[in-house]
Amino acid sequence: MNSMGDAASLVTHPRSGKRRIRLTVPAASRTIRRQISPPSNTIHMATYDDLDLHVRLFMKGYPFSRYAIDPLPHAMLRRPLREARVALVTTAGLVTPEQKLFDSSIKKGDPSFREIPNTIETQTLIESHRSYSFDHTALAADKNLAFPLDRFRELEMHGAIGELNHRHFSFMGSIVGPSKLIEETAPQVARKLREDEVDAVLLTPV
Amino acid sequence: MCNQTVCLVQAAIEREGIATVSISLLREIASVLKPPRALFVPFPMGFPLGAPNNPDLQHQVIAAALQMLEHNDLPVLENFSSDQYRER
Repeated sequence: MNSMGDAASLVTHPRSGKRRIRLTVPAASRTIRRQISPPSNTIHMATYDDLDLHVRLFMKGYPFSRYAIDPLPHAMLRRPLREARVALVTTAGLVTPEQKLFDSSIKKGDPSFREIPNTIETQTLIESHRSYSFDHTALAADKNLAFPLDRFRELEMHGAIGELNHRHFSFMGSIVGPSKLIEETAPQVARKLREDEVDAVLLTPV
Repeated sequence: MCNQTVCLVQAAIEREGIATVSISLLREIASVLKPPRALFVPFPMGFPLGAPNNPDLQHQVIAAALQMLEHNDLPVLENFSSDQYRER
């Protein structure tokens, strides 16, 4: 283990200013290691062990099975991808410069969503995700990492997909109490996508 | 919790008759929630498409995810091949 290894460190949240002790390898140091070592040696799948101790304990005790998707919905792709209208959904808490940031103060998580116009310049999006559990610097450097709009523009240009929808949607993923998401906001977004006659959607967490 | 939110929004969209596929960073969550189509990726939290400013890798992940839209035997939970990643 190098000097950036398993030591405890004091971290300050960039927005709330709250300070606390981080017990595991800081995500930022993992990033640095990724940059200085060849990618072939740094394959690293996220698991619960990557998360801070209190997050890990929370996740282990969280009743995920309560939200298991049952019955399983089943939609077929109605036309080949090269003819399909495609939309993106991210939970990275991205907003346009004109939009309100997501509200980090809602204890159960902010279940609202933002419409991201397809004409947006991708890197102008602002990330307002409250989670401590990931390194925010990589997403700051390239919004395509969690909202790959530029990549899909390339696919559209090359004819790999039919076209991009005129709008995409953004949530902030850290929703601990998802009842309003399940009952209201997720179905609202789904209806909008149906009204837009979207054929296929790619969803990305962060 | 991002991964759970993705699964829940995904289910709502698929219920409207739209084919969906998601990227998943935490196998533990997607394997319990079982969304219609999910691609597990071998990347750290915060890196769902692999690496910032790496269009090649981002395109590889997207291509693997989009291929899954053709699957109709649901749920489908696939792994993004780390061999593909190593080749780069």
